[in-house]
Amino acid sequence: MALTTDPLDPLPAAADLPQGRSLWADARRRFFRNRAATVSLVVLGLIAIFAFGGELVAQYERDTIDFTLIGINATKGVPSFATGHYFGTDQEGRDLFARTVQGTRLSLLIGIVGSLVAVVVGTLYGAIAGYVGGRVDSIMMRIVDILLSIPFMFVLILLLVMFGRSLLMLFIGIGLVSWLSMARIARGQTLSIKNKEFVEAAIATGVRPLTIILRHIVPNLAGVVVVYATLLIPEMIIYESFISFLGLGVQEPNTSLGSLISRGAAQIGNGVPWQLGFPLFFFVAMLFAFYFVGDGLRDALDPKDR
Amino acid sequence: MTVPAKASATAPAGPDRPILEVRDLRVTFAIRPRGAWPWTPWRSLRAVGGVSFDLHAGEALGIVGESGSGKSTLARAIIGTVPSEGRILFEGEDLSRLPPEARRMRRRDIQMIFQDPLAALNPRMTVGDIVAEPLTTHFPKTPRAEVRRRVAEALERVGLLPTMINRYPHEFSGGQCQRIGIARALILRPKLLLCDEPVSALDVSVQAQVVNLLRELRRDLGIAMLFIAHDLSVVRHVSDRILVMYLGRLMEIAPSREMVAHPRHPYTQALIASVPIPDPRREKARPRPVLEGELPSPLAPPSGCVFRTRCPKARPDCAAEVPPAFPVGPDHRAACLYWDEPTPLFAETPAGAA
Repeated sequence: MALTTDPLDPLPAAADLPQGRSLWADARRRFFRNRAATVSLVVLGLIAIFAFGGELVAQYERDTIDFTLIGINATKGVPSFATGHYFGTDQEGRDLFARTVQGTRLSLLIGIVGSLVAVVVGTLYGAIAGYVGGRVDSIMMRIVDILLSIPFMFVLILLLVMFGRSLLMLFIGIGLVSWLSMARIARGQTLSIKNKEFVEAAIATGVRPLTIILRHIVPNLAGVVVVYATLLIPEMIIYESFISFLGLGVQEPNTSLGSLISRGAAQIGNGVPWQLGFPLFFFVAMLFAFYFVGDGLRDALDPKDR
Repeated sequence: MTVPAKASATAPAGPDRPILEVRDLRVTFAIRPRGAWPWTPWRSLRAVGGVSFDLHAGEALGIVGESGSGKSTLARAIIGTVPSEGRILFEGEDLSRLPPEARRMRRRDIQMIFQDPLAALNPRMTVGDIVAEPLTTHFPKTPRAEVRRRVAEALERVGLLPTMINRYPHEFSGGQCQRIGIARALILRPKLLLCDEPVSALDVSVQAQVVNLLRELRRDLGIAMLFIAHDLSVVRHVSDRILVMYLGRLMEIAPSREMVAHPRHPYTQALIASVPIPDPRREKARPRPVLEGELPSPLAPPSGCVFRTRCPKARPDCAAEVPPAFPVGPDHRAACLYWDEPTPLFAETPAGAA
């Protein structure tokens, strides 16, 4: 066991030394063994390409109105490659493909921004509350409790009504709320991590509290946080869609999956099923993919599996 | 309650001064009773009550006691992760009165090894980063090449390959993890090493390796050690002196040989009698006195001598007050009023255990 290298032999460069398998590498392997999660990841990738690159393929601008099609949508606005309206047109004669691309992009952004805020703010907030403990913890967590007890949808609607409907307001509103439950989860995990001996070792060594939180607590929270963040994305997308469905979300000519679905649903009796079908397909595919990826991540990162 | 064991009241000044002087150290935890109202007073649990001892540079002091006797809490009070009362003088400086920043800087001289070797290493960090952490914390300006050299040196010192720095703790066995923990503790070349049951979680053959490693380190580097264990046979092997604790109090402190040969406190006698002899025939033949009862709750410790509820020679006046640590021999103190009377149960103290 007590092998030592020849002292004359200089140590090879750090990069040449055998690389250990980090817990992340292990988790990655487990994740890719999960078929549903891997497929979902591919689907998400395709949807992302669609959302950010779809405009290159689109034949029309998303806000170009083809007045000749208004009223005869059901017969002339059908999805076809010949006309260039791949997904057909909407009620105003606008290209549904371009609109779906834009809507998917917006929904994706809302979800990602929402969960990014949750990850950054929620994790740090929860980790600090849990690590410091005592009165600070009580006060910080009561603030979260109070904020959580306010009906979120109501406040968001009020915000949008008071400050006008703008994308920024929507991002702010969703960001304000998304971190709350993340903070709770992070705090709970921190409470169990901070009693581990490696944290005690760091304190005994003399590491500063903030460094302990950032170096020892947060990386060990990451598993739970990542899983929760992926599951939070679809939740945010649903919130936004609901707001848009109510007609309070994004403003024309911008659109989101929620408002597309809302308008499509209104036309369901007029023989234009594509107006509902295409946005709905992307919406459902995206949610399913996120949930499966989240599930796969949870299985891959679950410490009990080790 | 606060009358401490203080046989050697004043430490000699000068170069002979102990590196660590613990005086009347007390650790009390406030416990919230179950289902308490916010205004219910919290109960106090005295984990360590009035322990005093000295530790000289390069010396190893073993601390023995059963689970819940406050040995680990004692170590944590010295390292400063639990609040304590009393005085902890490290090189004549009272650690507990230092302002936080000075205290933090002082930590470089006192390092600790933990009981659970894997839990003591951050699973998300590589071994190299773990071992380097004390160095990069206290000397953040150390050049990277120097850090790497010191890490490699520390790893070799504990018998690990320095090529392992890119690996993660979960890829190692318990014994290897404990070596990594020791390397981390050594990298700053501390003056005092606290070992909190460093071998209890390891299997016996690995225990021997780690114990031998610790002995070697002490011999070569002259680090003072506080070696905590519940296993007297391990402690005896490592330490110059042994301190026996029971329910947070000092029962007896003596040089190892003296302690094993002439235990004065009935609790120590029981401890030594319980050490198995590695010879089945002699083990079977010897008398096996067993202590009756359980460790009392530290929430409601017995009055007077805490051991009296299980002591075979307890008398009514044992309950009156906490017995001080009487000097009973050279460098030997025992906290028993009747230390010079034979203990009925252990009349024939097995010399074979020595």
